This record gives sequence, structure tokens and C-alpha cells, in this order.
Amino acid sequence: MSGGFTQWFSNIQYMFSLQQWQYFFKNGFTGLLHGLLLTVEVSLLGLFFALILGIVFGVLATSQWKVARAVARVYVEFFQNTPLMLQAIFLTFGLPLIWPALVKVPLFMILVIALSMYHGAYISEAVRAGIQSIHRGQLEASLSQGMTYVQAMRYVVIPQALRVVLPPLTNQAVNLVKNTSVGVAIGAMELMYMTKQISDMTTGPAFLVAALLYFILCFPLATLARRLEDRAEVNN
Amino acid sequence: MNNLSIAHMLAQGSFWTSLLNGLGVTLIVSAISIVVAFILGVIFGVMRYSKVPVVSQIAAVYIEFLRNVPLLLLMFAFFLIGQMENLTAAIVAMSIFTGAVVAEVVRGGLNSIPKGQWEAARSQGMTYIQILRYIVLPQAVTKMIPPMVSQFVTAIKDSAFAFQLGVVELMNRGKIIQSQSTGVGQVLMTYAIVAGIYFIVNFILSILARKLQKKLSAGGGTIG
Repeated sequence: MSGGFTQWFSNIQYMFSLQQWQYFFKNGFTGLLHGLLLTVEVSLLGLFFALILGIVFGVLATSQWKVARAVARVYVEFFQNTPLMLQAIFLTFGLPLIWPALVKVPLFMILVIALSMYHGAYISEAVRAGIQSIHRGQLEASLSQGMTYVQAMRYVVIPQALRVVLPPLTNQAVNLVKNTSVGVAIGAMELMYMTKQISDMTTGPAFLVAALLYFILCFPLATLARRLEDRAEVNN
Repeated sequence: MNNLSIAHMLAQGSFWTSLLNGLGVTLIVSAISIVVAFILGVIFGVMRYSKVPVVSQIAAVYIEFLRNVPLLLLMFAFFLIGQMENLTAAIVAMSIFTGAVVAEVVRGGLNSIPKGQWEAARSQGMTYIQILRYIVLPQAVTKMIPPMVSQFVTAIKDSAFAFQLGVVELMNRGKIIQSQSTGVGQVLMTYAIVAGIYFIVNFILSILARKLQKKLSAGGGTIG
């Protein structure tokens, strides 16, 4: 048993030895930075499309029209209750079997699509909660003033709803950045994928530096989310 | 022909036992992780909430670090650097990752209890531990349960990441079946059924969570 521990410990010492670090900075670090760049791109694009989906389905979920509500419900329940890993793998390896044109779509775009549909579902729930937090009377009052439905939404309901929506939205942004790591399963060359590649040669430094890079991306967003949450709490 | 092969696949008992075994592993990984995460979460959540400087800061480092790195990275790290078995690595990574999320839930729940209650209890001569144990935690738990249940749904979905370590859970079972499939129809049907199983399990949990939330928010409106 103690021999096992000694072996384990010396393996770890080796993984973080000076020569491993030297090797990493010579041969691996730029690769990680390329991965980081793609992670940032995928995150921004993913967040953009997730926001669009979230707003569309969030508004549909609060509409008067029953079919629209049902469509929004199905979308949210499906994407919230199945793993992102499964969705991403299906988009990459399953769907092209019946839709061959999909093979031409670059893998990072597949990742963007998977992330935006998955997080769009969460965002649409936040948007719905935001809209529903506004008293119906406000919408009716706006309509009675001659505003159209879209105008009432745009100028009266949405600005107030944003206070409710922003904290969970920011949390989703953090989760989206972390979930870009699913790229490793489909071969999109984002940070996690590159880390995995480099770790074949130098494990310790690759993972430690990657963790640090993810932390640098996520920590400011997570802190912002907490601030917004605390502020919303005070207003209640 | 395609339809026939799909029907053939679905008629095989081994198809279903294979997937159900996978579901078993998925549920075990999620359940162990959520239990350990709950314990870690209460400990670190209370530590974070406390005003004792070093204690609170240790908890802050734990929470902030783990909440801001991907679960998949932690799994790989325990597997490759920690040299653990794939199943152990997945469970350990999920436990401490989810523990940080639960700690935030606990902190939020504790923060929601008005400070006046602390003062009132202290004026009655109760100690810090007593106040926490008898006054604050029981009330805070009501607020913590719904996000905790939804975290369980997340844990079940997150356990699919373990497939990347070669853990033979539900997702992996589906992949194995697909690798032996004879046609497009079988492959797609397997996707649909695996997704369906995840969906049913999580959907039931989500409904329970929503019901619980309604019940708690209806009954919990007495204070504040």
C-alpha cells in the first residue's frame, strides 16, 4: 500500500517537475492559447445565439397563444432534461447521417449551435420569469394607451424585467463558458481539447494552466452574477 | 428493411438490459456525488457564511475555484494526474464540483434569514451553534431544497461527461450499441431512446422540484 503511495506521489512529482514545465512552455503553451481563443469565440457566439433563442422562446412562453406556449415548453423541457454531451454528439455524429450537408459545417460551429440551444432553454426560463414578474396591469395600461404589443414589451415590460433576468443570465454565461469544454468530445479545438492533446506529452502543466485560464474567463462573470443577485435580493 | 432492423434491435432484451445497466451507473454516480456534495456544501456554505476571517476565506477559495473551472477538466485531472480509476475520478470530480454549487445555495439560504433573528436569539442567551442549529438552518433549508433538487437534475446530466473517461454509464452504453449497429436507423433510434431515458428521469425530478417549490413557497410565506 505504502509502495503504491510512493509511486503515486513520485508520478505526481514527475508530472510537475521543472523539465515538464520547460517542455510545456516550449511546445504546449501556444497551443493552449489557440484553444483559449477558440473558447472565447465559441462562448461569444454561443451566448449571442442563446440570447436570441432565449428571448424568442421566453416571449413565446408568456404569449396568449396556447400553441406558442406549448412550443416553448417542449423546447425548454427537452433541452433542460437531456445532457449537453448527448446533444453535441448527436449534432456531430448522428444528424449528419440523415442530413449529409451538416458534415461541411465546421466543428466549432456545431459546438456553438449545441451550446446556444442548450443554454437558450435556460435563458428562456429566465426571460419568462422576468416577464411574468411584471404585473399584467402594466401591459394592459400600455395597450390602453394605444401601444402595440411589441411596443409595450419593448418600452414598458422588458426594461423592468431585465432586473429579474440579469442575474440568472450572467450565471448562464458562466456555465456556457465552462460547457465549451464539451468540444473535446466532438473534436472542436477549444481549450479543453487542446489541453487534452497537450497532456499526452505534459500532463501537469497543461491542466494547471488550463484551469487557470478558465478561471480567468469565468471568475469576473461569476462575481458579477453574485453582485446582481445580491442587489436583486436587497430590492425584494 | 430499415424499419425491420430497428424493430429487431428493440425486440432484443440485451438492448434494454444494456441501457438499464448504463442508467444504473448514471444514477449511482449522480447519487453518490450529490450526497457527498451536500455534506461538502453544508460545511463550506456555513464556513463561507461565518464571519471568522480564515475560515470564511478557505471556503471562498474552494467555492470560487471549483465554480469557475469546467467539470470535464476536473474529471480529466483526477483521472490523469490523480491517477484514479475512471469511475472514482468521475465521482470525486462531480462531488467536489457540485459541492461548490451547493455551498453557494447554502450561503444564499442562510443570507436570506434576516439578521434581526440572530440578534433576537442572541439576546435570549443562545450560542452561535445553537442559533444556527435551531433558528437559522431550519428556515434556510426551505429555501435551499428547490435549487438542491434542480442540482440533482444537473448532476444526472453532468454524469454524461464521465463517458469521456470511459465510464460505462448510459451515454457510453448508447455509443457501444451504436458501434455494433447495422444501419442508420438503429443508430438514430439509439440516440432517441438514450435521450428519452435521460428525459424521463430528469423530467420526473423537475416536476417534483417544481411541486416542492410551490408547496414550500405557499407554506413558507409566514416569515419575511
